Amino acid sequence: MNQPIRRVATLALLMFLALMIAVTMIQFVRAPALTADSRNARTIYEEYGRERGPIIVADQTVASSEPADDVYQFLRTYGQGELYAHSTGYFSVAFNSMTGIERLENDVLGGSSQSLALQRLRDLVTGNEPRGGGVELTLDPQIQQAAVDALNGQRGSIVVLEPDTGRILAMVSVPSYDPNLLASHDAAAARESYEALSTDESRPLINRAVAGDLYAPGSAFKVVTATAMLENGYEPDELIDAPTQYSPPGTSHTINNPGEATCGDGSGQATLLQSLRQSCNTPFAIAAVEMGEETMREQAEAFGFGQELAIPMAVTPSRFPDATTQAELAQSAFGQFDVRVTPMQMAMVASAIANDGSLMRPYLVERTLSPDLDVLRVTDPEELSVAMGEDSAAQMTEMMVDVVANGTGFRAQIPGIDVAGKTGTAEISTSIPPHAWFIGFAPAEDPQFAIAVVVENGGYQGFGTDGGSLAAPMARSVLQAALSE
Amino acid sequence: MAAVQQAARPGRLPELALTIVSVMIGLGAYALVHLGANGAMPENMASAAVIFAGAALGAHLLIRWAAPYADPVLFPAALALNGIGLGMIERIDIALGSTQGSSQAIFTLIGIALAVLTVMTIRDHRILRRYTYTSLVVGSVFLILPLIPGLGREIYGARIWIDVAGFSFQPAEAAKIFFAIFFAGYLVVNRDNLALAGPKVLGLRLPQLRHFAPLLLAWLVCIAVLIFQKDLGTSLLFFGLFVSMLYVATDRLSWIIIGGLLALGGGFVVFQLFPHVTARFNVWLNAMEPQVYDAPFGSYQVVQGNFGMASGGLFGTGLGQGYPSIVPQANSDFIIASIGEELGMAGVFAILALYLVLVIRGLRSAAYVRDGFGKLLAAGLSFMIALQVFVVVGGVTRLIPLTGLTLPLVALGGSSLVLNWIVIGLLLRISNAARRPNIPSADPIPSAWDDDGVAENPEAASEPTEADRADTEAMRMP
Repeated sequence: MNQPIRRVATLALLMFLALMIAVTMIQFVRAPALTADSRNARTIYEEYGRERGPIIVADQTVASSEPADDVYQFLRTYGQGELYAHSTGYFSVAFNSMTGIERLENDVLGGSSQSLALQRLRDLVTGNEPRGGGVELTLDPQIQQAAVDALNGQRGSIVVLEPDTGRILAMVSVPSYDPNLLASHDAAAARESYEALSTDESRPLINRAVAGDLYAPGSAFKVVTATAMLENGYEPDELIDAPTQYSPPGTSHTINNPGEATCGDGSGQATLLQSLRQSCNTPFAIAAVEMGEETMREQAEAFGFGQELAIPMAVTPSRFPDATTQAELAQSAFGQFDVRVTPMQMAMVASAIANDGSLMRPYLVERTLSPDLDVLRVTDPEELSVAMGEDSAAQMTEMMVDVVANGTGFRAQIPGIDVAGKTGTAEISTSIPPHAWFIGFAPAEDPQFAIAVVVENGGYQGFGTDGGSLAAPMARSVLQAALSE
Repeated sequence: MAAVQQAARPGRLPELALTIVSVMIGLGAYALVHLGANGAMPENMASAAVIFAGAALGAHLLIRWAAPYADPVLFPAALALNGIGLGMIERIDIALGSTQGSSQAIFTLIGIALAVLTVMTIRDHRILRRYTYTSLVVGSVFLILPLIPGLGREIYGARIWIDVAGFSFQPAEAAKIFFAIFFAGYLVVNRDNLALAGPKVLGLRLPQLRHFAPLLLAWLVCIAVLIFQKDLGTSLLFFGLFVSMLYVATDRLSWIIIGGLLALGGGFVVFQLFPHVTARFNVWLNAMEPQVYDAPFGSYQVVQGNFGMASGGLFGTGLGQGYPSIVPQANSDFIIASIGEELGMAGVFAILALYLVLVIRGLRSAAYVRDGFGKLLAAGLSFMIALQVFVVVGGVTRLIPLTGLTLPLVALGGSSLVLNWIVIGLLLRISNAARRPNIPSADPIPSAWDDDGVAENPEAASEPTEADRADTEAMRMP
């Protein structure tokens, strides 16, 4: 009977070999795919099991992990949830997702970053629990708070940049939400909150500053057109055609100035300075048609239009439309037709002018830190493009100071300080109130802060709104708060 | 015969050394589980160490005394498996706040005691041959017990439990030992009839119907078990046990083929008739499909088990540091997934290697032992362990459809643990006979050895043939 016993032994060996192959398939070959499966809660447990690093704003922790007495071990807590929600994002176990910096800097916060390899090795040797590193943001709490206060609950967005570096000092999107609701370990409650937030008509979850619906910029876009004009031989004091009505070639459609007003002294001509101060439409429409679509597009792209940008959140590219007719091009020149922008893009326009024509790449992460607060990575300011020559930048600054000093932007005036700016009122249709815009920077002689403000659909003012009356005062209060530091 | 025997080595010192290693594995697992999950040593570490080490060393000394030539690897291997299992059950207790580890620890002591008692009371395994048909009756009764109203209990859809004095007991675990004894006793008598009689068709020697009948009977019993108790695993185990022993007894491949065809046929009929078996196959083939995953009795458990094993990777998360308790039945049917998660592929391979050691050592005893009954019994019990591990781990890893069996010696379950220890006791006893010096006077034939009233050829049963002796020689490893 030994022959068959030996064969049975061989069979047993083969059975175990098959088991070992099956185990290898799961634990080695298919392990990455199985681990990545969204139904596998372990990945997110793993994130929670580790002490996740903090998100820091001006030495204050705005997102931290508190010990929790459940499977996740740590609860993510947002100290001033609503104020920073669109920057921090949320870290949710209930629906296994992260957004914002939580997601984009997850490798540092969760401790899996390559730059933390040494730290992990040290923890392994010393027996310390592995911890995540910290992420320090560029935001300034006072400016951020001032921006939220300025919007005063009206749907819209405010972005403040440091012109010579590109640091994002404020990025506000209203309405906001409380990330703590979504980070809750109570799965049912978290889901319910998410359900409520995601179906809310005011869409609090989206970051209007960079990734909401694109806005029509209205007259604020004239800054781009004016820059193109200066770059193409126009002078601020030169008289240009500025009729009360203008019909672009090949169309019977007429373009009026705001309120069908006359531009300048009524002679049909005005200087570029006057046109910007008064926010006339016709001179810019005529100039755009004269310069041609290609020139206009190039100028817009020099300001960042049409470009993919990550701050690290993806910024929806703003667009200068394909204007197939002269009429469309003429309308695009003062921010109508199909020009669409993000508030971040308009803040970039202001900051490029403020920074002598050099557009710096906006960034939100100042530096990343190891759990022991050693600096892992510092973001270096980087030039994104040259939007215009220095002379043009100086001329633009002069004209925008005039807009605030003597023109439509007068409500942005700050005593003792020159503020440069441009208002915008983006008419959408006769049934929907326009968006109110203000872009600008201060102090004009040594710009520290560039700002873009947009209030959706006239805010509390409704149809009676315009950029000068609604957005300009907001810019003033934010800039005042920034300058008072 | 003594001429072909090497100088017998009792191997008691290696056994002692390996036992100490196994005790350290078990106690290490217990300590690490608490350190990993709670960051502190278990409160009762000292008393647990004294009791576990004391039981192991006591058992070793008694085995040394009662069966001085027993295989030195069997007991330590079983002890290591049991120790790792206890650690993992404790781990799941910590995660779920349950207290099943303590009862499993008590059953471990009972199991070791019964294994030793088996070695001590059954001084010669051939005595069991007297109980060939008694075993058939007792085994059948055990198998039927859960079907008796008031006694049987249905858990997870399978009616394989009975309640006795407040304890649940899985009688099929006991039945499999009795059936192994019956098969061994029956086959040793009828092996020639089964092997040599019958017509030859297509190169296969088919058995005569009257010899074929027991196989059919076994097949019908397995199908009946499946139908009435909805226990796929046990049916598969019994059938595999019978077919493998039939093959060892007759050396006829035809039995394997016929057995395989019957199994496939039965499986197909059952697959067609019973929705829960169809569901098992569907889960096996389409586990990752969302609708199968979300379905009631769907693939959630097996997929979560695979997730756990995958997250363990090659070396595991470390004891106490994974999330094995996400998987339903993480300490019983799916304990190998829990081990895979926290000890990694290395840990699973170590467990499989320990089982393989048990199985191969058992089969080696079968090859060495001199009587046909002992050969069949040792081979049957050893292969049963291999088959059970294959069915369980194969089910969890989706090599084969999932059936409701537990990992011998490792998984939670008092009756299973205790009876597997008795299997170890029997293998120890047979290995002692296989390895001791062959002094004819020390090898008495039990006086009432043909009590079962079947005339037989004593030579075929008790003495190895020349061919067997050559086999024995060939199988002896250096």
